[in-house]
Amino acid sequence: MKKVYSRIESIAGNVIAVKADGVAYGELAEVSTRFGMSLAEVIRLDGGLVSLQVFAGGRGISTGDEVRFLGNPMRVSFSDDLKGRIFNGAGEPRDKGPALTENLIPIGGPSVNPTKRIIPKEMIRTGIPMIDLFNTLVKSQKLPIFSVSGEPYNQLLARIAMQAEVDLIVLGGMGLKYDDYLYFKETLEEGGALQKTIMFVNTAADPVVECLMVPDISLAVAERFALKGLNVLVLLTDMTNFADSLKEIAITQEQVPSNRGYPGDLYSQLASRYEKAVDFADSGSITILAVTTMPGDDVTHPVPDNTGYITEGQFYLKGGRIEPFGSLSRLKQQVNGKTRADHRAIMDGMIKLFAAYRDTLEKKSMGFQMSAWDSKLLKYGELFEAQMMDLSVNIPLEGALDKGWEILAACFEPQETGLQTKLLDQFWPKKSH
Amino acid sequence: MTNTKGWVTGVNGNMVSVRVEGPVALNEVAFIEIGGKRLKAEVIRIRGDIVQTQVFEMTKGITVGLPVVFSGEMLAVELGPGLLGKIYDGLQNPLPEVAKQTGYFLEPGVYLDALPRATKWAWTPVAKPGDRVEKADLLGTVPEGTFTHQIMVPFGLLETYTVKSVKPAGQYTIQDEMVVLADAAGATISLTMMFEWPVKRAIDCYAERLKPTVPMVTKTRIIDTFFPVAKGGTYCVPGPFGAGKTVLQQVTSRNADVDIVIIAACGERAGEVVETLIEFPELIDPKTGRSLMERTIIVCNTSSMPVAAREASVYTAVTMAEYYRQMGLNVLLLADSTSRWAQAMREMSGRLEEIPGEEAFPAYLESVIAGFYERAGIVRLKSGAIGSVTIGGTVSPAGGNFEEPVTQATLKVVGAFHGLSRERSDARKYPAIHPLDSWSKYSSVIDGKAVAWAHYFLERGSEVGQMMKVVGEEGTSLDDFLIYLKGEFLDAVYLQQNSFDAVDASVSTERQSLMFSRVVKVLGSRFEFKDKEEARGWFNKLRQMFLDANSIEWATDKFRDADRAILDFLAAKVSGLDAAAGRIIENLERAV
Repeated sequence: MKKVYSRIESIAGNVIAVKADGVAYGELAEVSTRFGMSLAEVIRLDGGLVSLQVFAGGRGISTGDEVRFLGNPMRVSFSDDLKGRIFNGAGEPRDKGPALTENLIPIGGPSVNPTKRIIPKEMIRTGIPMIDLFNTLVKSQKLPIFSVSGEPYNQLLARIAMQAEVDLIVLGGMGLKYDDYLYFKETLEEGGALQKTIMFVNTAADPVVECLMVPDISLAVAERFALKGLNVLVLLTDMTNFADSLKEIAITQEQVPSNRGYPGDLYSQLASRYEKAVDFADSGSITILAVTTMPGDDVTHPVPDNTGYITEGQFYLKGGRIEPFGSLSRLKQQVNGKTRADHRAIMDGMIKLFAAYRDTLEKKSMGFQMSAWDSKLLKYGELFEAQMMDLSVNIPLEGALDKGWEILAACFEPQETGLQTKLLDQFWPKKSH
Repeated sequence: MTNTKGWVTGVNGNMVSVRVEGPVALNEVAFIEIGGKRLKAEVIRIRGDIVQTQVFEMTKGITVGLPVVFSGEMLAVELGPGLLGKIYDGLQNPLPEVAKQTGYFLEPGVYLDALPRATKWAWTPVAKPGDRVEKADLLGTVPEGTFTHQIMVPFGLLETYTVKSVKPAGQYTIQDEMVVLADAAGATISLTMMFEWPVKRAIDCYAERLKPTVPMVTKTRIIDTFFPVAKGGTYCVPGPFGAGKTVLQQVTSRNADVDIVIIAACGERAGEVVETLIEFPELIDPKTGRSLMERTIIVCNTSSMPVAAREASVYTAVTMAEYYRQMGLNVLLLADSTSRWAQAMREMSGRLEEIPGEEAFPAYLESVIAGFYERAGIVRLKSGAIGSVTIGGTVSPAGGNFEEPVTQATLKVVGAFHGLSRERSDARKYPAIHPLDSWSKYSSVIDGKAVAWAHYFLERGSEVGQMMKVVGEEGTSLDDFLIYLKGEFLDAVYLQQNSFDAVDASVSTERQSLMFSRVVKVLGSRFEFKDKEEARGWFNKLRQMFLDANSIEWATDKFRDADRAILDFLAAKVSGLDAAAGRIIENLERAV
């Protein structure tokens, strides 16, 4: 049933309306314009009037252009052929490979039954001490990376993509700078990880509506692979662009804005994507890491704020480093008790001392006198920043724990660390001299 | 189903407009028929022959012209034996049974019986033929777990009836006819053990509503002593993300001194519900020795589940709470989070193109929130028994700012406010309830004057602390510094609680009284310290002794030793006791 309509009633922003019958909510259509064909999705039915958001945008569409309904919702091809490929937000190839049309699956499917979920229990190693040691990433966790524009969040994502122990990586780029897109592509190619990666990339130059599709497409594909037993890591960058696209469409649709222009359902929209993170009891899993840039470093901005209520913690990237304060993995308690006996103690102990170091720094900047203890803390803080926090540090968890003891031993006497005597006896480095 | 016919005329998100022929009621349940399935919806606005419905499912695939049928009934839940221990979605669909049918995913259009039909219940009749009965009168009982579940005259039967026949004691299912009533005209009414009740109507079959005065003990010191909650009262827990709202509710759901706990996980993370789902069957309720799950009902409509059902979920939960209250039980309803419920209303209001109020919330937000919390209450039933529904709701204010509409509307109607602060949670102080911002209108497990006396140290201590940030320790007098140390001491050993420690995680009121009197002794004592360094060192030691004592099991020799050690340590330094403190201690010790 492929009906063609050749009279567009209204065009506002990226949304067009046609009079049509028998059209389903969420159905796809093709709009042929003088610039070529574009997909469009039905976003509202009102009597005979059908509103569609045009993926390629409304610019240049004429009221005389043709709209052809396809009779199905947005779908994406699913097969092993996806691996190593790059697509745009509409699911069309971005690399030079062939278009995939086999085995189409719907996107934005239903939610997982909460009673079928299990308590997460396995860590994902990344080789980054600030993650592995201090805020462990857990299989099936959903974590955003809160950061300010200009921070190396995409570099961090790329590194995690290269090093994380997962079977498959799905990268969803939204409003990505073209340079960043190339960076991802090249880094993954050079690192040999491209073959286990699927990319859905919408660059800043591409239409806004396609940006809206990226999380759903990425997660639909990830879900299928997870059901086939793969542990999938979904990297999304940048969810703030996704939220801004939602805002753009909502405003064009004349919806009542709620907070700073964002639509009232922002929370539900974000949650329905993030909640796709899951560990299927007898199959694979989906873990989500998503960049959320915070306009003006303001964590109370609606996007990071709503995100924080949805996700299981956050990594806070600031000054090119993952900040120990403000970063939190809510699930770390599930896994860090069974890695190594000193994991939790080192995690808490080093952070407490680092907090003391920050206080000392403040005192120093205010011109107070530095005590002997303060000098120790200053030395400790510098070592901690250079050998733990720096993003270039790349060591497995056990190495990071050993490094932690080394740093402590270089700065303090054992009893000054506040760590349990039992652990000190076992792990405190023996002086060689 | 009624004879009213309808056809879809428009779809906008989860709002579907329908053209109708025939009568429709507001809040009536309608079903949209699509591809052999029926999607549940609720009528939320009627304008001429066009009605707007909110659909409790994803609306993808709905086309203009699809047929719609109307049930004639408002959105209702099933009430009867078998509710306890169940896990429902917002529409009372049993999720484990749904999973058996549809697997990992929640497919739209699958509605299952809320109460198990096959289970046999051991019926003991109470009513006899010839008895005159009204709504909510007792007809018989069945045991449900450790409770005696009362089978009552359905609350919707408004006249006085004569009992015609009653089934003898025996095993029956909830669909068996148990009692036959006859009304004044002689028409008979057949009753089973279950009936339905519309969720948005409060159950009010009681003799009178009482004032909530009895504390509902949560075994969390800062709540029971400083910001208590009464049985039949209401309280709210607002806090920014990561401040520990959900953890606090989980702890409360385990320890609260009530018969039944209903958890409404409303629009929050699924992962958090899973912890409860998996842990509760394993945990033992110290009162009954049975699994905690046997006294719990979970209504879970997590953030990615359909929004309209989220709106319904808190009503589903409170209706079941009221039902058990009607049996003379104390029920606690924990709603996490009411902000998500308010947001669900906002989404719908936006689609209805209503004129928005503050932050686009609908203008009726306040009255709806007030109406919900007003369903709490302690009541005297017609039988003379007392039952209560206590409601505790978390609020997730945007940006952690308590000035936003949902927090403000909630604060107007609740009896206690447990404000969580980012500052305290960052400092790993659990519970992160802010002792200066929070308040409660209910009476504490400890005399109110004593609590106020102790609270003064928190206020003054905080003032001195603020001042010290400016003038430094050098510029603070030793007396002021001592008040600061006392405030910090009270905070560290009494307000904070170690939830990972088996003993400290739940503290009986008896123990709270004793520890409180010890703390008062410290606060009211005069000390002679050489300098601030000595004072700080001494208080650090004292604090360590209290913290150690906090994790020793109550009423053991080990605890008594630790307690004595504290008193000795104190006696060695004290040079006098404030008169007010002396009176407080005297009163407390008399009570213990």
